Amino acid sequence: MRKYSVFAIAREALRAHKGWEAQWTSPEPRSSYDVVIVGAGGHGLGAAYYLAKEHGITNIAVIEKGWLGGGNTGRNTTIIRSNYLYEESMDIYEHSLKLWEGLSQDLNYNVMYSPRGVMMLSHNIHDQQSFKRHINANRLYGIDNEWLTPEQAKAFVPVLDISKTARYPINGAALQRRGGTARHDAVAWGFARAAADRGVHIIQNCEVTGIRRGPGGEVQGVETSKGFIGAKKIGVSAAGHSSVVMEMAGVRVPLASNPLQALVSEPMKPIFPCVVMSNTVHAYISQSDKGELVIGAGTDQYNSYSQTGGLQIITHTLDAICELFPMFRRVKMMRQWGGITDNTPDRSPIQGVTPVPGLFVNCGWGTGGFKATPGSANLFAHLIARGEPHKLAAGLTLDRFRTGRLIDEAAAAAVAH
Amino acid sequence: MLLIHCPYCEEDRSELEFRWAGEAHVVRPENIAAISDEEFAEFFFLRNNEKGLTYERWRHIHGCGRFFNAARDTVSDRFLMTYKAGLPKQPVPVAEKFAAIAEEKSVETWEQTEGDAR
Repeated sequence: MRKYSVFAIAREALRAHKGWEAQWTSPEPRSSYDVVIVGAGGHGLGAAYYLAKEHGITNIAVIEKGWLGGGNTGRNTTIIRSNYLYEESMDIYEHSLKLWEGLSQDLNYNVMYSPRGVMMLSHNIHDQQSFKRHINANRLYGIDNEWLTPEQAKAFVPVLDISKTARYPINGAALQRRGGTARHDAVAWGFARAAADRGVHIIQNCEVTGIRRGPGGEVQGVETSKGFIGAKKIGVSAAGHSSVVMEMAGVRVPLASNPLQALVSEPMKPIFPCVVMSNTVHAYISQSDKGELVIGAGTDQYNSYSQTGGLQIITHTLDAICELFPMFRRVKMMRQWGGITDNTPDRSPIQGVTPVPGLFVNCGWGTGGFKATPGSANLFAHLIARGEPHKLAAGLTLDRFRTGRLIDEAAAAAVAH
Repeated sequence: MLLIHCPYCEEDRSELEFRWAGEAHVVRPENIAAISDEEFAEFFFLRNNEKGLTYERWRHIHGCGRFFNAARDTVSDRFLMTYKAGLPKQPVPVAEKFAAIAEEKSVETWEQTEGDAR
């Protein structure tokens, strides 16, 4: 793989850009691999990359039903933060945030990580108490998070309406300055390129249709639309379809697949300097480097795999956006889409071993998996290589629903997040 | 937005009037204090998350207020059937229903709706 650098740009500029090579190859699958990862999103590709880089395992295939990064990796609103309440969550999201900070250099690929700040608006006394609890928990754990008065929030985001007569009055905000955004496609492409460079096979347009198991119950490989592919270990990282894939191995996981929608506006001049979220009125918004406002809506109430959602959900979000930022009332929305999120009962992810020997699962990231991409991938690689979880992910086991050691971020945030 | 037939009101009403209420036909164990942790976890947390035909409960919360059951396709979000609470799981002639859905135009166009009215 040729490195990307300023010299590469200069060299290619002199030869009419004819020397750029394909970022990854599309090989035919071998008959078997040491590790097969199901799902070529950011988490799956990243796990393959870290297996090759940190654990010396390169005989890996990442199998993808569609095209890489075409699921939730390409459908989210790219928000990155680590200001969760519980230690198990802070561990994994902060691990991820630290990896984000050096990811572009590590991958030699500009993932456009932009620590522009994530501000969460407080509208009432309950929000205020809850956010201050989060802030204190975060700071005691060494994670930055701070309380802003309405005036300080307005100074940070001048387009915010903090007037007393606002429909949704603001009595403060929590700000994590290291939070921000990254370019979602670049994350998938960067991991794919770096993994392929280390010998990982990325097999696209290949649907896993079954998981074959041996006499002892251990995994032997996957049945796919391109035939049987043997595997000593299988890692499932299939987001909204995780329960479908796990069912193939006879493992039930406590997941509900729900549509989550997002939308972008027409591009505008830079107007919006950070990410603003409001859990209470359910809106989140940032501005991409292309100038589009990127807006996240809520989940639909029912289980679905339709990758689309109800119009009333985005209408509800836009109602809130227009009240919080009156100047956006006449902005036109350009595109809207849905992705399928896999939600656990406690709204915390599942990453761990399964009752099936050789089968590992990374799922349940729900509505907030993008921010976790490098951290989750890094710890999933550790899990697959060693057969036991890294200490930072030790609490995320599938077994917690039996033991009752839930990580109840659902109650902590009071909304899907 | 979904259009849902309430089997009590016997009307098609918009999804805004309804609240989804989870998997249908979940049986609560009679001896819940005596069951093992595995059985409790299964009863309490594990739900079918089918891709395709699913049986679920809905509540007509802004209408008659009653719970009822529905059979729905989670890929197209089409309702195949709704029926009253307390009835056993109703068989759905899946193949025929799905074929019928495939024949119907799945996207509502202006010609189909407003066009008729004009």
